[in-house]
Amino acid sequence: MIADGKFGIYGGIFVPELLIPALEELEGAFIKYKDDKDFNAELDYYLREFAGRPTSLYYARNLSEKLGCKIYLKREDMLHTGAHKINNTLGQGLLAKYMGKKRLIAETGAGQHGIATAVVGALLKMPTEVYMGSEDVQRQKLNVFRMELSDAKVIPVDSGSRTLKDSINEALRDWISNVEYTHYLIGSTMGPHPYPTMVKHFQSIIGRETKKQIMEKDDKNPDVIIACVGGGSNAIGIFSEFIEDENVELVGVEGGGNGVNSGKTGATLSVGTEGVLHGSLSFVLQNKYGQINEAHSISAGLDYPGVGPEHAHLKVTGRAKYVAINDKEALHGFKLLSKYEGIIPALESAHAIAYLEKYVQLRENKGKTIVVNLSGRGDKDMFLVAEEMGEEV
Amino acid sequence: MKIENNPRIESYDDMFKRVKDNDEGAFIPFIVAGDPDFETSLQIVRAMLDCGADALEIGFPFSDPVADGPTVQSADIRALNSGMNTNKGFEFIRRIRDFTQIPIGLLVYYNLIYKMGVNEFYRKASVSGVNGILAADLPPEEADPAVEAARDNGINQIFLAAQTTSNQRLEKIIELCSGFLYVVSVMGVTGARSKLKVSTVELVERMRSHTQLPICVGFGISKPEHVTEVIDAGADGAIVGSALINAMTDNLDNPESKVRECCHIMKKATQKSSLSRCE
Repeated sequence: MIADGKFGIYGGIFVPELLIPALEELEGAFIKYKDDKDFNAELDYYLREFAGRPTSLYYARNLSEKLGCKIYLKREDMLHTGAHKINNTLGQGLLAKYMGKKRLIAETGAGQHGIATAVVGALLKMPTEVYMGSEDVQRQKLNVFRMELSDAKVIPVDSGSRTLKDSINEALRDWISNVEYTHYLIGSTMGPHPYPTMVKHFQSIIGRETKKQIMEKDDKNPDVIIACVGGGSNAIGIFSEFIEDENVELVGVEGGGNGVNSGKTGATLSVGTEGVLHGSLSFVLQNKYGQINEAHSISAGLDYPGVGPEHAHLKVTGRAKYVAINDKEALHGFKLLSKYEGIIPALESAHAIAYLEKYVQLRENKGKTIVVNLSGRGDKDMFLVAEEMGEEV
Repeated sequence: MKIENNPRIESYDDMFKRVKDNDEGAFIPFIVAGDPDFETSLQIVRAMLDCGADALEIGFPFSDPVADGPTVQSADIRALNSGMNTNKGFEFIRRIRDFTQIPIGLLVYYNLIYKMGVNEFYRKASVSGVNGILAADLPPEEADPAVEAARDNGINQIFLAAQTTSNQRLEKIIELCSGFLYVVSVMGVTGARSKLKVSTVELVERMRSHTQLPICVGFGISKPEHVTEVIDAGADGAIVGSALINAMTDNLDNPESKVRECCHIMKKATQKSSLSRCE
């Protein structure tokens, strides 16, 4: 490998030897193409014409008036397939194509990354297989159907807890076995080097656009940026452009589940400890012997017992702050944005909205300019939310 | 006392020399500690020793074993459900040491080591009688702390090498590796297979041209033909895991009997160019 893939002490390449040549090849291709004119022209084209970039930085007037501050929403929810995931799947999918790979595989929890991979597979004419925990397949039948419509094959995973972390294990096993012609399209800023760096690169367009837009509107940086964190790709995407601007406060919001100390939580940075999972050193939810615990969150996208290594670094260095919002609070955030702005957020993004409300309740935060990364839209969550509200749809 | 100076424990070097003198290869069975429970897996180890094991590979179960196929995954889950953990794993090794001197290798995932503290893990391993440690997800890039702890505690740090490992990487691996080199015979995860895909002769010869270390082949070695094939190809030993776990789980009421039978046949297959059957 050319780089060590470390963020402070976090990150790295903790994988079986069999995967190293594939990671070396991927790192080499990423370095070669990330600044390549033709590659970027093609990626820009698809981001614009296929995915719908740029997304607006929307001034949420009603919510701003209600909460007594200036709130902008970065509208990643407006993208094709409904979330920021497509930024990364287009980038990696195209890279795989340039590398001459013939097949894409991906893991998915609720199905959002699976769908974003499936449509890119269809677009680039690459056969696509998506690993999905059999529990999740049952819970998210609609998304399975959407993936299959785009001609992806969904493979239910019956091992372990039958959820996201097990589908990652299974995708890694597939990759170990079929590494010559397969690209493993990891959906978040996690995994072994070069994935955390590469996914950040493809998601950093969120931060670049945000900076340009806020400069046009306000001619200055926001005071704070709030984003939800599961693996952490939308957060690192919007943070990336502002990490050097130390006057901008960065806040990551994790899925607290039933509460961070309930044992049923996805708040890895809040209550996890250092450990090695899925190829990198970061924070993980684990027992005292290092066995990985199952995570819990109402939002499948935050339901993961690990977190991207750069977030671990931003946390321990104090550059970013990480907080947790529990399931109930997230539902409140979901309703709040729907009611005041007519924008139905994904349950993941609803965590960021819920924290926004808490944040501005502190007197010192009144009047601040706040950007919330609205990472996805809530269409996928309708049935779940209705059920939680006791409504029948 | 460190393993290398402990007269009651055979070193890898001595073991490989012993089998070579007999014109055989080493038969190294693998089992997950605590599968299906502590006492039963201890009985299985006894059976393996009775039936010709030259060294043992003991896996500590992990919740997310990415290098393992379904057979070892299930074994890990059974072991974890039976209450196995890292401390009990070392207790398991101590119990095995009551009745054997042959080399014992640990096969683990790095998080178990990291969580306990690298040096503490190696210290405990050494005290319990472990000869070598292989962390399946620890390539040379990340291995400095482990290699140092291994050296301090008189333990051999064992590494994986595969068909896709370049000669340049191989040199780096060999620099850090001791005890033996664990060569992966297939491109894939552990598990029984009908055929070994890679040309084993070519693979072993290439590895041999880079190192004097003993070479053991594992992953997918599930039939006596495979054992004979890798020994004939010039390997010093064959590591058999999933096939034995399958033999055990086929008959959980009397898990020992099939394991005994299978071990006998596998050991016999390490005698050069001898073929027999294990169904």
